[in-house]
Amino acid sequence: MKVSLFITCLCDTFTPDVGKDTVQLLERYGCDVDFPANQTCCGQPAFNSGYKQEAIKAMKQMIRAFEASQYVVGPSGSCVQMIKEYPHALKDEPEWRERAQAVAEKTYELTQFLVEVLHVEDVKSTFQGTATYHPSCHMTRLLGVKDAPRILLENVEGLHLIELPMKEDCCGFGGTFAVKNAAVSGQMVDEKAQHIDETGAEYLIGGDMGCLMNMGGCMSRNKQDVKVLHIAQVLNSQ
Amino acid sequence: MGIKIGDKPYAERIQAGIENSFMRQAVSSAQGRFRSGRLKAAEELGDWEDWRTLGEEIRHHTMENLDYYLHQLSEQVEKRGGTVFFAETAEEANAYVQEVAKKKQARKVVKSKSMVTEEIGLNEALEKSGCEVVESDLGEWILQLDEDPPSHIVTPALHKNKEQIRETFANKKGYTKTDQPEELAAFAREQLRKDFLEADLGVTGCNFAVAESGAVTLVTNEGNARMVTSLPDTHIAVMGMERVVPTWEELEVVVSLLTRAAVGQKLTSYITALTGTRLEDETDGPEDFHLVIVDNGRLKILGTEFQSALHCIRCAACINACPVYRHVGGHSYGSIYPGPIGAVLTPLLDGYEDHKDLPYASTLCAACTEACPVKIPLHEHLIRHREIIVEREQRGAKSEEWMMKGFAKWASTPAAYKMSTKMARTAMKPWTKDEQIEKGPGPLKGWTESRDFPAPAKKNFREWYKQREKRRGEA
Ligand code: SF4
Repeated sequence: MKVSLFITCLCDTFTPDVGKDTVQLLERYGCDVDFPANQTCCGQPAFNSGYKQEAIKAMKQMIRAFEASQYVVGPSGSCVQMIKEYPHALKDEPEWRERAQAVAEKTYELTQFLVEVLHVEDVKSTFQGTATYHPSCHMTRLLGVKDAPRILLENVEGLHLIELPMKEDCCGFGGTFAVKNAAVSGQMVDEKAQHIDETGAEYLIGGDMGCLMNMGGCMSRNKQDVKVLHIAQVLNSQ
Repeated sequence: MGIKIGDKPYAERIQAGIENSFMRQAVSSAQGRFRSGRLKAAEELGDWEDWRTLGEEIRHHTMENLDYYLHQLSEQVEKRGGTVFFAETAEEANAYVQEVAKKKQARKVVKSKSMVTEEIGLNEALEKSGCEVVESDLGEWILQLDEDPPSHIVTPALHKNKEQIRETFANKKGYTKTDQPEELAAFAREQLRKDFLEADLGVTGCNFAVAESGAVTLVTNEGNARMVTSLPDTHIAVMGMERVVPTWEELEVVVSLLTRAAVGQKLTSYITALTGTRLEDETDGPEDFHLVIVDNGRLKILGTEFQSALHCIRCAACINACPVYRHVGGHSYGSIYPGPIGAVLTPLLDGYEDHKDLPYASTLCAACTEACPVKIPLHEHLIRHREIIVEREQRGAKSEEWMMKGFAKWASTPAAYKMSTKMARTAMKPWTKDEQIEKGPGPLKGWTESRDFPAPAKKNFREWYKQREKRRGEA
């Protein structure tokens, strides 16, 4: 099975390890992974701010980059969901709409791909520690990936999961929201950090780098001793 | 009052909200109660998603045939002795009610809770023409005494705690007892009883009007709406023009959705259906009944991509689910319609000029869309508003516009993108300490006021990948 990695601009720039773990995980299950080098950013910062024409330029670049792929897999529910939005965003350009549709149909979030396409529920990884998991909003509510991360994490040997209070509440990231409404965003992430603290967990696990940077940045500022991990890092841990 | 509340700019309102710890405490505990109530009530019903779909279908069908049902409604109301008035604007609606009040030589008006009368500023209009207006819903009465606008569409005084309410009662009405809710409520009841008996005119809103029978239904928990509609001789119901259902059958569905989504109740304590004036052989009901159907900007939403905003049944589930509302409270929105539905509806009804910040007061987490019992895609409407603000209205900040133009260029030019991710670490170096940026430049300034920003990695992913491929090629 040929899989193209959709790295996302955040993982590419800030957390390349997440990309490495994703590649290794997929290869472990026999995927032939490639990395289309002309991929950039999914366009979400512009799209969610109302700059649709600007976002469309990014979208077209991404469509060109992934058109030839068999499957596209990315370690982010939010960025994958953005690709799912492409056909609708390009509805006024029939030719592009169709090309967008083809890419959207073969694009998956990492845990979704593992569980739904590869039918793997136990990746046979070992990770010692207590952790809490934050289900990101776009991944759960928009992409509809609720169970896959939980199923995979529950099967990790040595990992003790503690439920995060009010886990459904947004962490306050919201892309440009964290910049435009920085004060409100700061209050939201502070409450989230408190809830993480209440669990007493050593690790915070999540499936979206944007949210993790937000929560991690807040806990770093608060001098909270909680390490932040992307789910790919836990699933690839031996 | 009108839709808009206060004149403070958005940033100041938000800051005031964040700093009001009393209010935030009250809001977060209320949100907790409402959220768990809604989830429990939905679960109890069993097939909540099917109910939502049905609710959406009913509202959609009604909006698609709104002219038909409004016509049917007005015919039925008139057949039962009522008078119907279609008001295109707030001014027309107010003028009509003022006229009725004048004809009746009304001095005192009692009201039950109604958002649409807040929207059109009916109280001020009636006061101007010499009437005393008394709100009889407990929350609304508290706000009226305090001259404070509502901060929530179902529980308007949600932002106040019981100590503050006790204080208001003490200062404004000479209340001397404790802040026990029972004592406070008993005091309000005793005070309001006199007003009910003296009132010449009763004004209510209308949760839903049933087209086939001309009935106006009111969904309440306090029973005050029954006093308002049965004691004064004249009853005026004011409704937004979208608040109609075809028959009793659809009413059952939307009321079930409303009470469960709003407060987690199977039914509220009182659901009142009022059909026309008192007939000769009847013992109660008003002598005179008027139904004022208000457009005030609704008609122009019909047939647009925002039409589903008119499906709203005002349950406030989206407000209770909203994490932004949780931290800033209702007044921060500067509109009597706060929260996600307020951010969608307010610019539609009252324009972008005063409300262009509202569609951005959301992380687009979609908790609202998920909570909405009639499946309004609220977060999508918010994105659409943003597009209109940027593209059609040209109201985006210039700096942002430049940044987004730069973004488009960057994201559509792989060479530029590759170069920038490679250079990012070096570029951020002046602000980096121990792999964190504590005081960021430009757009990062706001972010780093309350949290750190990570330094870009030493080697980005694509370099690692390139090297790996190279190694593999050599092997
Ligand atoms: S938008 Fe939906 S959830 Fe919000 S008040 Fe209206 S009906 Fe309720």
